[in-house]
Amino acid sequence: MFERIKPMLVKEFIQLLRDPKMRGVLFLMPIIQVLVFGYAVTTDVKHVATGVYDLDKSVASRELIARFVKSGYFDIVEYVGDDDRARDLLDRGKALLVLRMNKGFEDELRGGRSAALQIILDGTDSNTAGVVLNYSAKIAERFSQEVLLTRFPRLKAMSANPGGVELRTRAWFNENLESRNFYVPGVIAVIVLLITLMLTSMAVVREKEIGTIEQIMVTPITPLEFILGKTVPFALVGFGDVLLITVIAVLWFEVPIRGSLLLLVFATALYLMTTLGIGLFISTVSETQQQAMMTVFFFYLPAVLLSGFMFPIANMPMIVQWLTYLNPLRHFLVIVRGIFLKGVGPAILWPQLLALGVTGVITLWLASRRFQKTLA
Amino acid sequence: MKPRRVWAIARKEFIHVRRDPRSLGMAIAIPMLLLVLFGYALTLDVDNVPLIVWDQSQSHASREFISRFGASRYFSLRAYAQSYRDLERAVDSANALAGLVIPRDFARDIEAGRGASVQLIVDGSDSNTATLAMGYADVVVQTYSQEVAIEARQRLGGARLRPPLDVQPRVWFNPDLESKNYIIPGLIAVIMMVIAALLTSLTVAREWERGTMEQLISTPVKGSELILGKLLPYFTIGMLDVVLAVLMGEFLFHVPLRGNVALLLGMGAIFLAGALSLGMVISIVTMSQLLASQLAMVFTFLPSFLLSGFMYAIGNMPTAIQVLTYLIPSRHFVALLKGIYLKGVGLEVLAVEAVLLACFGVAMMALAILRFEKKLV
Repeated sequence: MFERIKPMLVKEFIQLLRDPKMRGVLFLMPIIQVLVFGYAVTTDVKHVATGVYDLDKSVASRELIARFVKSGYFDIVEYVGDDDRARDLLDRGKALLVLRMNKGFEDELRGGRSAALQIILDGTDSNTAGVVLNYSAKIAERFSQEVLLTRFPRLKAMSANPGGVELRTRAWFNENLESRNFYVPGVIAVIVLLITLMLTSMAVVREKEIGTIEQIMVTPITPLEFILGKTVPFALVGFGDVLLITVIAVLWFEVPIRGSLLLLVFATALYLMTTLGIGLFISTVSETQQQAMMTVFFFYLPAVLLSGFMFPIANMPMIVQWLTYLNPLRHFLVIVRGIFLKGVGPAILWPQLLALGVTGVITLWLASRRFQKTLA
Repeated sequence: MKPRRVWAIARKEFIHVRRDPRSLGMAIAIPMLLLVLFGYALTLDVDNVPLIVWDQSQSHASREFISRFGASRYFSLRAYAQSYRDLERAVDSANALAGLVIPRDFARDIEAGRGASVQLIVDGSDSNTATLAMGYADVVVQTYSQEVAIEARQRLGGARLRPPLDVQPRVWFNPDLESKNYIIPGLIAVIMMVIAALLTSLTVAREWERGTMEQLISTPVKGSELILGKLLPYFTIGMLDVVLAVLMGEFLFHVPLRGNVALLLGMGAIFLAGALSLGMVISIVTMSQLLASQLAMVFTFLPSFLLSGFMYAIGNMPTAIQVLTYLIPSRHFVALLKGIYLKGVGLEVLAVEAVLLACFGVAMMALAILRFEKKLV
């Protein structure tokens, strides 16, 4: 059996690596993806472009503005003089928010009344807007507290936070809350899925399309050997990409890897069974490479978006949440992030490993059954 | 260039498309399905963060405090831990994203007016959710503290206190801060970009692979005529997709469309021409369907998703990458879509984006025509 698979493997490798552009795609693409995710993708909200519309121009109003600047979250881009200009800043997206203080701001504060700070916020990106509101509320709160203390010096005798509750937060697994620690390990799962799906499905369909599959059918190779020949090279490429991304993540981006590398390799093997199985399955239902590609895309995009890679699963409607359990990417992501960030092992990850193993066996079995029918 | 020859090629392509109804169906159905799926399923709003509480105080005050978390729509109380191990395990296995630890002396400290401190442990893996969850927890605790403090001060000072600074936030363009309102316009751009490039990325490569390019070479058709003719049918399909997507945004998702519809469609057409031409360039350069489809995915999906400002604010990226994003047509299209949809502004504000988008389209088309050589290799 092996002497028949070997030439097939050699042929596949030659076909795969013959084209220098293809070599580039296979190994440069993962590198570029990791770099993009490591550098560009950040959900941290810092240096928010801020416009200031200060009609009071008093000591108090300047003091409050200074608080916003000092927090490090707000960068003032312009002091505006009228409503039109403020509107324009937001329309053009030059500023995300405009702080507005009306005339009499200081007098109100001095007089012991409530002075109003208006925050006009561009809500287009609701997520950032929510974070910005939170920051501003905190700054305003602290400012208020201090004004109260100067008004009622008696309060000073009590603790700074009389009778209140102090919240001490700690983030586990990713102490500095860096986005890259979340995304970079995830790239492993996404890239392996895309590469193996496309390579397997199109490699088989290409033989159909060009007609070379008939030549293979007249050789003594059995369907099982053909399937092995069409999957093993791509599985190896998949492993190579996992290794490559892991090295870049750990050495270049300093993403911690706290768990076992061996477990990562084992989980990758389970995951590859599923993705190769799906790739083969797609090849059996496609006649042309165009159809295969569209089908891959049709599977790939929902798989990525409904995996928790970027969008939290907990926020999806219940039905969709149930659906995501069928998504191998979801389970593999939990494993990868568990190994990298949490350093947990099979004791905690066994449900995901089991799910991957089961889907892997089922998809491979289904695909090869269908496959043998199409070949025969 | 003769219109008659362009039309002949276009007709040939139309027939190809019609002969493969499955691909045509997918070209129209996929964008719609994706939009429905993601329009409903994707949200970046963080609510119902699963919370586990380890209440060591077991007192009236602590239960009152915990109920504040339970009542907030941002947290959903999943379980009570009996020990630190319990809590650790829940966070490790991601059954809870946050754990609240209330110390033994909580009630006593509150009553004595000393101020108590509680600990919140957040699973930081997903930094975005973690940041938001911490912010929400802060608000819950602040509100609780404020009430306790004001009560204490009233006992002390007698008079009713009002906070000296009154923050009045006003959110423009998307007053309810619904992420759907910016995800849907952004999705239109991403899906169109990927579908358009995928559609054309195979057309030239297929002719080379099947050998039919040789027949085309022997005809008098010119390179530019061939390219334009091949673009036409896919442009039609793409525009159909755009119109359907806009209709779905309006009637299914009720995304407010405040600007000019004609401007939206016009910009859509320019964007589409650029994206289709990009697919064409890839097809011409690679001459292989497998490679072309891989490249089309790489050049469209990721950049339009990540570097277009659709999900991740461009202002937060390193400067080098910010400069790079100007080369990405989706960036300009996303800005145009958000402007037209949510802000209701027109060309007077969006002129720069529109011009850059047009430049991309023209450059890609020129590149396709220049790179295409009508000779045997």
